[in-house]
Amino acid sequence: MIKQVAVFLENKAGKASACCKVLKDAGVNLLALSIADTQDFGILRLITENNEKALSALKGAGYIASEVELVGVEVSDKAGALSDLLIVLGDHNVSVEYMYSYAERDGHAKIAFKTATPDKAIAVLEGAGAKVI
Amino acid sequence: MQYFQKDLETMSADQKKVLQSERLVKMVKYVYENQLPYRAKMDVIKLKPSDIKSIDDIYKLPYTVKQDLRDAYPFGMMARPRKDLVRLHASSATTGKLTVAGYTMNDIDVWGECAARSLVMAGADENSIVHVAYGYGLFTGGLGMHYGGEKLGACVVPASAGNTQKQIQLIADFGADIICCTPSYIIYLADEIEKLGLKPGVDIKLKGGVFGAEAWSEGMRETIEKRLGIRACDIYGLSEIAGPGVACDCEFKTGMHIQDDHFFPEIVDVDTLEPLPYGESGELVFTTLTKEGMPLIRYRTRDIASLNNDPCPCGRTTVKLNKITGRSDDMLIIRGVNVFPSQIESVLLKNADIQPHYHINVDRVNNLDTMEIVVELSPNVSLDEVAHVEEIRKRLASDMASALSVSAKITLVSPGTVTRSEGKAKRITDKRKL
Repeated sequence: MIKQVAVFLENKAGKASACCKVLKDAGVNLLALSIADTQDFGILRLITENNEKALSALKGAGYIASEVELVGVEVSDKAGALSDLLIVLGDHNVSVEYMYSYAERDGHAKIAFKTATPDKAIAVLEGAGAKVI
Repeated sequence: MQYFQKDLETMSADQKKVLQSERLVKMVKYVYENQLPYRAKMDVIKLKPSDIKSIDDIYKLPYTVKQDLRDAYPFGMMARPRKDLVRLHASSATTGKLTVAGYTMNDIDVWGECAARSLVMAGADENSIVHVAYGYGLFTGGLGMHYGGEKLGACVVPASAGNTQKQIQLIADFGADIICCTPSYIIYLADEIEKLGLKPGVDIKLKGGVFGAEAWSEGMRETIEKRLGIRACDIYGLSEIAGPGVACDCEFKTGMHIQDDHFFPEIVDVDTLEPLPYGESGELVFTTLTKEGMPLIRYRTRDIASLNNDPCPCGRTTVKLNKITGRSDDMLIIRGVNVFPSQIESVLLKNADIQPHYHINVDRVNNLDTMEIVVELSPNVSLDEVAHVEEIRKRLASDMASALSVSAKITLVSPGTVTRSEGKAKRITDKRKL
């Protein structure tokens, strides 16, 4: 499983910048970032090298920040690789709330996703021969 | 039809004074004998009913305030036994407790007459079709104008509030000539009528209306009159005193004619509570001269306004109420509904996902009042999906709507975002330009 930090942000100029500045000042390196936004607010999702440090810095600065576990899986670098994985998940009725991709220093592409049934998702992916992180 | 009750509406100043004096003397005695909370106020200052000999003695009497009504909730201010009351109305109050008003059959009749006088001022007569688009319910607007219309002998359409398309269809198909609603709603109706391509004067036969329950400006009056080709009259009322019809504009717009044979007005200084002369602005105070169910003596309305006694070309001889310019407390009137910040606070306090730090933004968009409540999320909530935030927002919006009886847009912000202030918080930004 991958641990993600989720931060609530108002959808206003400078809000994402201010949040990233807090992480910069805490010396936290980001591995991946994704934003879900609406007209009024957004949720910033981060994978960092040090969640503990990130969370304490963000909370200290007054942000609503929490840690959430995601299922992570390696995806081969070729056309249709992601599609194949999603088809397997769909066939087993595993629904994905949201997902995004990221790369670690080893160069492999990875997908992190949120699901209500992580244990089942992992079993399904492993059954299909995927490398779960 | 020029007047509904000519003798009463055009009596001379001397006649009026005799009538008011007689009625006040009787009223004070009646209240002293039948309304314990007020009797206690008189006893404290050792004032006897016999000390009040004419209307000129009114300044000797203690004030009644909204808190007295709350303390007496629900029936402590009623001067008649339950069997004599035929109707209860209520309006919202800061504590969440309602302010209750009880009416005898005679009270309903008097109120109906006053509402009928108002409708005539707007141009109605017994041949009129009166479309009532005020809400029917505890709020006095709907039923008040309904009974006024029937008293007049007009034909009343009890449309109540909401469902604008249907309202327009009824107005067009029935050929209503008089309408009663809030000023913001009539402008909204005018917009919708225009969108449907209906022509005022051709498809829409309205010629007059009484508009009240919220503050509006002369500019809005011009807009309404021009766009719909009607006479737009400002109508004033409050459930504690009666309801709509306590005062209303005539075609000459010299100020709202106060039905001062039934409701005696004063303007007093908000701080010193000393009576102020005509023309000066202060808190509007009413004494009911004929009310039986819940008579009130020198009731402080919290509305800020001034009176004038200039002659009016219409021939009515009443004192007139100039437009209400504000409130002496923090109450907001949103689309005709009273909203208190403390009501909002109590809803926020019940919800663990948010903190009771909030700011209210009031505006008027397309002539309808809008209210936004900006509120802080609790730092302890865990949010990684948009749906979580939407869920909190929707739950809050629905709790708020049921507590306030009017909808509000909820905007959730991060903890610490809402400006804190020391002492009395400035929680409201009202951008409405009246």
